[in-house]
Amino acid sequence: MTSELDIFVGNTTLIDEDVYRLWLDGYSGLWGTVCGCRFGGAVVLDGRAGRARMSDAVALRVRSGILEQTGATAAVLQSDTMDHYRTFQMLERLLHAPPKLLHQLIFQIPPSRQALLIERYYAFDEAFVREVLGKKLSKGTKKDLDDISTKTGITLKSCRRQFDNFKRVFKVVEEMRGSLVDNIQQHFLLSDRLARDYAAIVFFANNRFETGKKKLQYLSFGDFAFCAELMIQNWTLGAVDPQADDMDMDLDKEFLQDLKELKVLVADKDLLDLHKSLVCTALRGKLGVFSEMEANFKNLSRGLVNVAAKLTHNKDVRDLFVDLVEKFVEPCRSDHWPLNDVRLFLNQYSASVHSLDGFRHQALWDRYMGTLRGCLLRLCHD
Amino acid sequence: MPGKLKVKIVAGRHLPVMDRASDLTDAFVEVKFGNTTFKTDVYLKSLNPQWNSEWFKFEVDDEDLQDEPLQITVLDHDTYSANDAIGKVYIDIDPLLYSEAATVISGWFPIYDTIHGIRGEINVVVKVDLFNDLNRFRQSSCGVKFFCTTSIPKCYRAVIIHGFVEELVVNEDPEYQWIDRIRTPRASNEARQRLISLMSGELQRKIGLKVLEMRGNAVVGYLQCFDLEGESGLVVRAIGTACTLDKLSSPAAFLPACNSPSKEMKEIPFNEDPNPNTHSSGPSTPLKNQTYSFSPSKSYSRQSSSSDTDLSLTPKTAPYPQGARIYLCPSSPSLSCGSLHLKKSCLLLSESSLPPHPSSLVSPVLRKSVSFSEELFLAASGMGSGSAGKEGGPFKALLRQQTQSALEQREFPFFTLTAFPPGFLVHVGGVVSARSVKLLDRIHNPDEPETRDAWWAEIRQEIKSHAKALGCHAVVGYSESTSICEEVCILSASGTAAVLNPRFLQDGTVEGCLEQRLEENLPAGCGFCHIPYDELNMPFPAHLTYCYNCRKQKVPDVLFTTIDLPMDAAVIGKGCLIQARLCRLKKKAQAEANATAISNLLPFMEYEVHTQLMNKLKLKGMNALFGLRIQISVGENMLMGLASATGVYLAALPTPGGIQIAGKTPNDGSYEQHISHMQKKINDTIAKNKELYEINPPEISEEIIGSPIPEPRQRSRLLRSQSESSDEVTELDLSHGKKDAFVLEIDDTDAMEDVHSLLTDVPPPSGFYSCNTEIMPGINNWTSEIQMFTSVRVIRLSSLNLTNQALNKNFNDLCENLLKSLYFKLRSMIPCCLCHVNFTVSLPEDELIQVTVTAVAITFDKNQALQTTKTHAEKSLQRASTDNEELLQFPLELCSDALPSHPFPPAKEHLESASSNSGIPAAQRATSVDYSSFADRCSSWIELIKLKAQTIRRGSIKTTVTVEKASPVGEGNFRNRSSPPCANSTVGVVKMTPLSFIPGAKITKYLGIINMFFIRETTSLREEGGVSGFLHAFIAEVFAMVRAHVAALGGNAVVSYIMKQCVFMENPNKNQAQCLINVSGDAVVFVRESELEVVSTQQPAANCQPSCTGGEVTT
Repeated sequence: MTSELDIFVGNTTLIDEDVYRLWLDGYSGLWGTVCGCRFGGAVVLDGRAGRARMSDAVALRVRSGILEQTGATAAVLQSDTMDHYRTFQMLERLLHAPPKLLHQLIFQIPPSRQALLIERYYAFDEAFVREVLGKKLSKGTKKDLDDISTKTGITLKSCRRQFDNFKRVFKVVEEMRGSLVDNIQQHFLLSDRLARDYAAIVFFANNRFETGKKKLQYLSFGDFAFCAELMIQNWTLGAVDPQADDMDMDLDKEFLQDLKELKVLVADKDLLDLHKSLVCTALRGKLGVFSEMEANFKNLSRGLVNVAAKLTHNKDVRDLFVDLVEKFVEPCRSDHWPLNDVRLFLNQYSASVHSLDGFRHQALWDRYMGTLRGCLLRLCHD
Repeated sequence: MPGKLKVKIVAGRHLPVMDRASDLTDAFVEVKFGNTTFKTDVYLKSLNPQWNSEWFKFEVDDEDLQDEPLQITVLDHDTYSANDAIGKVYIDIDPLLYSEAATVISGWFPIYDTIHGIRGEINVVVKVDLFNDLNRFRQSSCGVKFFCTTSIPKCYRAVIIHGFVEELVVNEDPEYQWIDRIRTPRASNEARQRLISLMSGELQRKIGLKVLEMRGNAVVGYLQCFDLEGESGLVVRAIGTACTLDKLSSPAAFLPACNSPSKEMKEIPFNEDPNPNTHSSGPSTPLKNQTYSFSPSKSYSRQSSSSDTDLSLTPKTAPYPQGARIYLCPSSPSLSCGSLHLKKSCLLLSESSLPPHPSSLVSPVLRKSVSFSEELFLAASGMGSGSAGKEGGPFKALLRQQTQSALEQREFPFFTLTAFPPGFLVHVGGVVSARSVKLLDRIHNPDEPETRDAWWAEIRQEIKSHAKALGCHAVVGYSESTSICEEVCILSASGTAAVLNPRFLQDGTVEGCLEQRLEENLPAGCGFCHIPYDELNMPFPAHLTYCYNCRKQKVPDVLFTTIDLPMDAAVIGKGCLIQARLCRLKKKAQAEANATAISNLLPFMEYEVHTQLMNKLKLKGMNALFGLRIQISVGENMLMGLASATGVYLAALPTPGGIQIAGKTPNDGSYEQHISHMQKKINDTIAKNKELYEINPPEISEEIIGSPIPEPRQRSRLLRSQSESSDEVTELDLSHGKKDAFVLEIDDTDAMEDVHSLLTDVPPPSGFYSCNTEIMPGINNWTSEIQMFTSVRVIRLSSLNLTNQALNKNFNDLCENLLKSLYFKLRSMIPCCLCHVNFTVSLPEDELIQVTVTAVAITFDKNQALQTTKTHAEKSLQRASTDNEELLQFPLELCSDALPSHPFPPAKEHLESASSNSGIPAAQRATSVDYSSFADRCSSWIELIKLKAQTIRRGSIKTTVTVEKASPVGEGNFRNRSSPPCANSTVGVVKMTPLSFIPGAKITKYLGIINMFFIRETTSLREEGGVSGFLHAFIAEVFAMVRAHVAALGGNAVVSYIMKQCVFMENPNKNQAQCLINVSGDAVVFVRESELEVVSTQQPAANCQPSCTGGEVTT
């Protein structure tokens, strides 16, 4: 006796959060092999092999102890899992354009559940996002998903979903005016938090920031997302002109061009010395690592200013984070600067420039350093 | 030109991409009604077109308005090639044709394509301007309201319940026409959908005409089915109960503001109450009464030619090897009959079932006078009933007489209702059913479907005569069904024989009745159990006892019915779903041989199904079944029987005895041991079930009252001997033992299997209850969460060594696993009850079994449940005692009255002698079905089969009934119910439920009937997720389309929803599948009780009146 067809359809679509998670995580709902006997025993046995055969998803549910809690059989669980999986597969098409999920008539789903479906569908794994952050969301990258899957232990299916989500969001908001976060929120009905994360992902993908280098491995997605938000707020076209196309996606080219002007801060020896003395005077006695700072000031300042001056080249933009870590974070770390000292230093370093009479690009400096200061503080951890 | 239909196409959304190049669509819309078509402009390059069309106006006859659906086709414009169809929407405009219903249809409809499913949505507005038609010869019946609900709809009051209406129309099935060879599957599917839609419209119109003739204004319990007879055609048939309904005046304040002023224009006279006297509360205007028109119709002429003459026509005289069959089913209260009539014999009846003939012109005046005189007659008998307010034999007789006279006017005194206004149901006799096997032949002339008509007429006659044999003059909870395989068709009809209160069947007496009702001296909660038939002349051997509730009247030991549990019935504990499942192999055969084989098998199947039901009922420790539905399906090589019912413990009926197992070979020690082990298991199960369902009959009551009741075992002995010998000598047999117990004899492995299978039914997990009736006895504090669902399973049997046992086991496992899955899926709703669990079984192919279940899960408040059951039990106790007090108050009257009608006097001596035995725990009491009589019945049944007895129509039926009385207890319980804080329902949510009510809410308006038919086909089955994926998506789409139509009517729920058909066919080799689904229900507007409370007004007392099957919710 084999089951040909087995379905359950509710007027209100049943959503089981646990099964949804399994589905999103890419566990298969299908049998490993076609199994003749599905009825009866608690565990369906394959006659020859003599071991339990059930789909990954069902096996995981069994492991969660649900059979004991409910007194159900594995066959019941399999049937239930398949129903949910089918529902999710049908919903997936709608989840690709979440507003459709709200207006569609086929599934009657309470609003709170709709929100849950969307939020979870667009949620991503930290491990995965770190792998693709800053990469071009192209077919080429998609081909690498196999490796990513092996590396991260996330199923290929789940990797694909997450990758496709990034790409889809990217495509939709790419050409749009207005705030990136707002656009994402409006078109994908995500929570504020998730929309911000997606904004960061899109921003990184668009600017192709390098995040995969070994020395950047210690950074979390959160660190990058934090930086992205600051950069979007201050360094993009949208920061100066709210009506610009691609406003939040692309860095303000003019601004990057202008950053060359900052070079004078390190090129002009007098200015550099003056800057150093201003900072040292202000911080003397306040820093635990004062001597190290004093010794390193010129290197650090040169590093930070050179990073700015190089941003005219796309290649160097991509390496922004590598440079920041190399030129600033690593020296600080090798001298064991406490975070508070870093903060004090950066504040004083930025502020002191205002007292340099020979320096005319105060606004530019603030726009650059304001953001960079925030980023650097975030990047300075172990 | 009585109607103007206006349609506006507003916009579309989520359209599919039709032009690959641009990823867009150039959509336009065709609007078609009848033969007129309008088109919108093409809206270029958009998936969300905004047409905003003008109003397309169709000027049409109201006849067409009723028959035709509005057909909206969305197409993609293509300059160079033919325009591609995106999909269609069919809109039934019937709800716009009666006043009080919807005034406008407006909303988003899914665009449906039979190959691709739902493809986007379209926003449409539809209105109808209807002009009054005073033409007396008209063929339309606009204004007659239709309800699927099988009780008097909430917010209406039954003024008169006229009775049975039926009609069928036939046509060729487009799928089998020659043209089907050259057209696309899509065209063929659409032709079918359209044809069925047309036929349903026509059928509804014709039924409406009949109702108007009967001077009714509504059809309640409307059930429409279609039979796909394949080559021989397509039959759409419908039955219903004609009523005159009166809208309860309710505070209009909380009615949704969808009543446009134009509504008044549409007010048509026919839905007015024919009796101005009863109008007091209705919003209708009595002055319109004179506009009644009558069309020449067959119905009356049919009725006049009916009854007695028809009886002789029942083709027992059929010149075929298999005559009518009857058999007595041991110990089960159902009378059924399978008969085989091959094609030609059916012509016998053709005369009595002439289709409506417009040419048979009878002057309307004459017609009117005819019906008038009839009414006078009815009224006269109604007046008589006023004085018959006393309980007891004479009253019963009188009542019967009156009702009979009222009912005998009708050809078929059938009622499709399953729940009734209080006081309507007097006694219940038991289940009556009839089946007949037919060979299908091509319907040559679709305009004269007399063969099919005759077939049904024949079956109905049989039902009627069964009911008569039970001393009943009416059949309630009546339904009809078919099962078709190739050219063989099994027609089935079943219902519950009953004695009705005549006052609802005629004009003008209801008001009085309502008042009288409360004064009447009828026992509450048990009257319906009292036997309607004569004890001396019982139609079958049965065991009667005095009613445990009122102790005045006789009751049977078990009661089977097809109706819902009456509101006021005194029930102990909770109920549960009981199913009997059975398979029988059958040799493959052709035509007549096949039909013969089937009809030979039928009686055996019915017998076994009933035995199973009885055993399972006893195993549950219960004594009555409600909502019994036995389905027999025919396949190529097997027959399947599936009976579902809700078991309850009626306080009025005796405690069921246990089940005893007897072995054939008593010498074998190990065997004995095995038997005793089984016996122990059975006893344990019974005890466990009693605990589970909280069945603790109040035994103490007997002692309190001094037990005027003999101990049951004794009594049953007495009764049996009397019924056999009708001797006054009482034979006292106090012997204890097997004789009186329900004995299962294990003489072979088959029997062993049977016993095993009894024990395999697992009770639902804790927190779950299930029933197939509207309300679950013992639970009455529903909370507002409901979940309606449909589940379908198809299994393939391995073709090797199929035996009956293996089949039975497979089928049993299938059903049990299905139930287990449901419990698991709905576990988040615990505590909850699955209500109206409706199983349908079919055999789509060799070795395939398909089971479809539709039900609703309703949550309830556990804590309060406990309380209420307690109070309920207490109250029923109290009731019992007060009733007994009453009994003592009229001892003389009772004795003198009762003596002539009772075979022995309810003499005090018996009662006293018996009272000494009453200490024996109920569980140990033997059932009244004792083994000896069981055997008797068996043998007599077999004899009957051998003899092919054709004259006596007897059945082992026992059952009874009650005079319903809106017991204050029952209502009190409902009042106790919590009105839960309503979950804020979001806009656009449409609830669906197979029940007639929505828990925690009040239905304020009925918007019309939803009756939809869909076909879905695929040629890419694998790509759509296989059969499961295909059907899952289709059912979800069907739900979506139903919801969209309800929402467009302005409603927020469908009640009495039913999936009448789900025919699934697959051809995996060709990667193809096809499915047909037919659903129906009533679109309604409901208001949450908590919202109502704001406007809280004292509900008019009358609100509680119409058969509030548990749905009655009070503020």
